[in-house]
Amino acid sequence: MSTREEILGRVRQAIGDTPRPTAEVPRGYRGVGEGLDRSAVLARFVERVEDYRATVTRCRAAEVAEVLAAAVTGRSVVVPPGLPWPVPGSVDDTGQSAAELDAIDAVVSAAALGIAETGTVVLDHGPGQGRRALTLVPDLHVCVLGAAQVVAGVPQAVARLDPASPQTWISGPSATSDIELDRVEGVHGPRTLHVVLVDDL
Amino acid sequence: MVTCINDALFPDTGRNVVRLLRRLGVEVDFPQAQTCCGQPMVNTGYLDEAVPVLRSFVRAFEGYDAVVTPSGSCAGSARHQHDLVARRSGDEGLRAASRETSQRVYELSEFLVDVLGVEDVGAYFPHRVTYHPTCHSLRMLAVGDRPLRLLRHVRGIDLTDLPGANECCGFGGTFAMKNSDTSVAMGSDKARHVRETGAEVLVAGDRSCLTHVGGLLSRQRAGVRVMHLADVLAQTEPSKVVAS
Amino acid sequence: MTGTFVGMPVFPKAAREAVGDSQLRRNLAHATGTIRAKRAAVVGEVEEWEELRLAGAAIKENVLLHLDEHLVRLEESLTKAGATVHWASDAEEACRIVGDIAAAHDATEVVKVKSMATQEIGLNEALAARGIDAWETDLAELIVQLGDDLSSHILVPAIHRNRAEIREIFASAMGEVGRPAPDDLTDEPARLAEAARLHLREKFLRAKVGVSGANFAVAETGSLVVVESEGNGRMCLTLPEVLVSVVGIEKILPTWDDLDVFLQLLPRSATGERMNPYTSVWSGVTPDDGPQEVHVVLLDNGRTRALADEVGRQALRCIRCSACLNVCPVYERTGGHAYGSVYPGPIGAILNPLLKGVGHDDQTDSLPYASTLCGACFEACPVRIDIPSVLVELRSQVVDAHRGGVPKPEAVAMKAAGATLASGRRLGLAERLAGTGIRLARRVGARPWTQARDLPDPPAESFRAWWRRTGGDER
Ligand code: SF4
Repeated sequence: MSTREEILGRVRQAIGDTPRPTAEVPRGYRGVGEGLDRSAVLARFVERVEDYRATVTRCRAAEVAEVLAAAVTGRSVVVPPGLPWPVPGSVDDTGQSAAELDAIDAVVSAAALGIAETGTVVLDHGPGQGRRALTLVPDLHVCVLGAAQVVAGVPQAVARLDPASPQTWISGPSATSDIELDRVEGVHGPRTLHVVLVDDL
Repeated sequence: MVTCINDALFPDTGRNVVRLLRRLGVEVDFPQAQTCCGQPMVNTGYLDEAVPVLRSFVRAFEGYDAVVTPSGSCAGSARHQHDLVARRSGDEGLRAASRETSQRVYELSEFLVDVLGVEDVGAYFPHRVTYHPTCHSLRMLAVGDRPLRLLRHVRGIDLTDLPGANECCGFGGTFAMKNSDTSVAMGSDKARHVRETGAEVLVAGDRSCLTHVGGLLSRQRAGVRVMHLADVLAQTEPSKVVAS
Repeated sequence: MTGTFVGMPVFPKAAREAVGDSQLRRNLAHATGTIRAKRAAVVGEVEEWEELRLAGAAIKENVLLHLDEHLVRLEESLTKAGATVHWASDAEEACRIVGDIAAAHDATEVVKVKSMATQEIGLNEALAARGIDAWETDLAELIVQLGDDLSSHILVPAIHRNRAEIREIFASAMGEVGRPAPDDLTDEPARLAEAARLHLREKFLRAKVGVSGANFAVAETGSLVVVESEGNGRMCLTLPEVLVSVVGIEKILPTWDDLDVFLQLLPRSATGERMNPYTSVWSGVTPDDGPQEVHVVLLDNGRTRALADEVGRQALRCIRCSACLNVCPVYERTGGHAYGSVYPGPIGAILNPLLKGVGHDDQTDSLPYASTLCGACFEACPVRIDIPSVLVELRSQVVDAHRGGVPKPEAVAMKAAGATLASGRRLGLAERLAGTGIRLARRVGARPWTQARDLPDPPAESFRAWWRRTGGDER
């Protein structure tokens, strides 16, 4: 008998002939945050992202290029295919190796959505977001997000996301609490996270 | 239900429960057949041994409206563990009877506040007191702030908050013996918090925890007495005694 | 190389040493105090917390009662997404599978994301035996590995170490296995974190094989989820060509939508944050992005044994948040090593006996007694595992496993107590002797009690005797 059959057999034996009721799962939590006023949602998003000691810039669509230029000024920068904004002096993602990415200072990407309650941006690595390594290895990550992409809470985010593509949920710069359970920013992921929130997008 | 520990070691607490309840107009009886709730056995893993104890428990309290006990732990055992023991016995009759009995079991503060509907029991106790909410009262029974509400109505009392009140004192039944080092470490921290309050008296609703913390305080010559909630609530103004 | 827990003494003995170590107690009290406060603050923020706990418990309970169906479904969706699914009955089989995959790629090293499952099966030691280095990349795991130490906490394995000790370990050990720590390393947490960044980066950049666990595995979509903070997880999950994830069979969630409960419960319960810095989600292979060869090892290793225990089964709901450790007054005094397992604290006190079975070794049998049953763990647990009730159940299993042999003194005493307490009359007789008992105990012992605690004075008469004499009448 294969291990697979063995394990499945043991599972069935363990559960036994006992009736297998399916417990009712309360889902009232999904309504939380639904009725919140948009400007309150955005304000909360900004406050909570900043709470992780990330930088947030709010601007209008017409100003994005300018904000990006300032954010990466003086650094080498890579951009994913499909990024709708020009970034001066940037190189395109041409499938650089991890070691090559390690030599680049910054990356600019779009995002799939933002979560106000937790101050999170989620990448689903679609157009403008790039493959996963791209937003991981460089030390500065500038992430552009439209106000319409910000949802109230985790349930709304999960409902919108498509699990078929890989995702990276990002809440602040990389951090650790492993030394005396004190939070310290800056370990392996980008040590600086800069979120650009575009109010009219 | 006086509980085995009060019966054997702290009869005054039992007497104070009787005095208090009678003062509030409750008809009190002590069925001689009662012994123990069986928790010492159950918590050590001896379920078979607890079956005869449960039988005698159910028999002893048959026919009473309420079974009142000055212990969150023993009330908790009746409510949350007796079914386990009854199931072990394989005796469906015992299971039904035990379920019926446990519904009539009340911890003292629950009985006073919920059944009798009183918070002011007419007590007088002019001392600096701090209260430790024992784990089983707090988390197993969820008696909430009932004991504190009762204490706040005591005349003359100077009630002070205990830092880290919700943390276990480290008694834990046989834990106190099997893991005595850890138990003492926990109890010592509790005793330190008690001393920090400057209280003269530490009050709790469980004699077992009080024996443990009290034993530590006494060894440390801390000068803090331990009293059961019932011991405090039973006290009345001396002038009234004189007047009568 | 990290040590193992084999041959650990029984809990009370190990605990005694730990309780006597004042540095350890200070480190633990500080760390657990910090995390308790943070958790309380972010949990207090969520009005629907209790409902989330109920939902979490119900979802997991449903998974367990239909585990066979969910496993088959997970296997299907993973395969469809391009992953290769393996099944491992026990630690040995799981280690062999991982080792074979690494060997097939001629790898002499793998990079690892923190994973309880791989620790449980002793993967690092097994790989070492085949000449493969397994580099731990989580900061706390790195501290443990470099310090040749044992993990003492589920989430923060080096919780027993303070910053000064960590600096020592980095300064002396990093150079032996790679890039040395900077000469001017201080014990500032930010500097220590930077030293880890520099030390591990070269390993991330060159590793061919990554090894992970998973916090959740979604049956419906084949999504695996890893929740982390530092970015070491993202490195291991993204940069290597080959990824092997060892996943306990109880890690399943039925549907994608169910994640909306657990991505709220876990971070707040674990590190006391609204959200952890990074969560990675992937199913199988994504063309031109991340590892192009993806393996998933579904691990039993005692889980089906735990599943068969109707009371203990709920322990398999555990999402390894470690909230129960952080609130446990026993854990706070003894630390994790005393539990003799990678699963310490309240969850360890039930999970180890459930996975291994009781009645075989004294160490495992001592764990269900490592608790005062104070209930703080149950109150904190995001999936509502009633740890005290499981402890009581396991105690009875320990006692039952030893019935029939020569009874221990405790068993004799319990039997006698049971007989005495079965009758009020017999108890009354016994109580006449109880006063004598206390006096005797004072004189000769009950050492475990009296070494630090006084016993009360025995009363002149028991309550029962007083009632019989007076009928409860005080006049
Ligand atoms: S038992 Fe509950 S509290 Fe403890 S680690 Fe598991 S999920 Fe967290």
